[in-house]
Amino acid sequence: MCTYATEKIKVAGSGKGADGWFRLSDATVYFDHPVHALDEHTLNIDFLNPAKGPGARVAVELTEESGRALMEAIRIALDSAPAH
Amino acid sequence: MSDALRAETVRITGANGDEIEAYLAQPLDDTVRGGVVVIHHMPGYDAATKEIVRRFATMGYDAICPNLYFREAPGASPDDAAATARAAGGVPDARLVGDVDGAATHLKGLPHANGKIGVIGYCSGGRQTVLSACSLQIDAAVDCYGAFVVGNPPEGSASKVRGIEELLPNLSCPLLGLFGADDSHPSPEQTATLESILTEHGKTFDFHTYEGAGHAFFAVDRPSYRPEAAVDGWERVTAFFGKQLA
Repeated sequence: MCTYATEKIKVAGSGKGADGWFRLSDATVYFDHPVHALDEHTLNIDFLNPAKGPGARVAVELTEESGRALMEAIRIALDSAPAH
Repeated sequence: MSDALRAETVRITGANGDEIEAYLAQPLDDTVRGGVVVIHHMPGYDAATKEIVRRFATMGYDAICPNLYFREAPGASPDDAAATARAAGGVPDARLVGDVDGAATHLKGLPHANGKIGVIGYCSGGRQTVLSACSLQIDAAVDCYGAFVVGNPPEGSASKVRGIEELLPNLSCPLLGLFGADDSHPSPEQTATLESILTEHGKTFDFHTYEGAGHAFFAVDRPSYRPEAAVDGWERVTAFFGKQLA
């Protein structure tokens, strides 16, 4: 975890962590060494609610290819949704 | 020397007089010995780091690793604590120095301490080791692939970490540096810059850059592990501390 480059955004929604569902307030996105994935670098996303403590976290570690596929899938899903 | 040891979580006094958690391992024999402060990598105060602490105890040292994320994330799992610390931009330098000073003081107060202190750190802990050695009076320091001893994180990064070039004239002890040729943080160019600054100031150092290894080649639980570099690195650490902490 040594590039230190971290994107931080505010988010609204919910996530399901180790203790069940909780409201999300923040997310961090970074391409760095993973904790668990078997690649030297991965796209890591943490969905967080710092007010509820460090354990209020939903984490994913994705290969670069998976991260780009996810971006595209999100774009398609949002673009194809009916106006709301 | 017996091979029995005792390893446990303790509380120490860190920066600003704060009580923080630390992992302490001690040989159970009566040999007078040096102490080693282990500074954990950015992923945190984890099982692999505690294993390193125990290894130093098997080598005959009192060894301790302060939990640098204890204030933000007491009792949290290491990965959650590391995520919290990352989002906060990392550990402030002054607090780090105070925590390492507290860990060293704790080691010096143990019954068989000879008063000598070595510091070793990995990843972000490599930079923090050099920072400690430039801020405190210690006897030996080992920087394992620490980024941003020279140079800064990318523009726009949440990290508050900055290079510590201006502190290098204050380096208080010999420095062993272990790096990977394929690493980009620090890059071989950055370690060469560090070498030239240390040379300019007449400091004692010994740097090794391993071909075929990148960042975190000591990390046995990660794909970055490179046994050849790690085995040679451990031999160099053993010889270095054996000489400097006797």
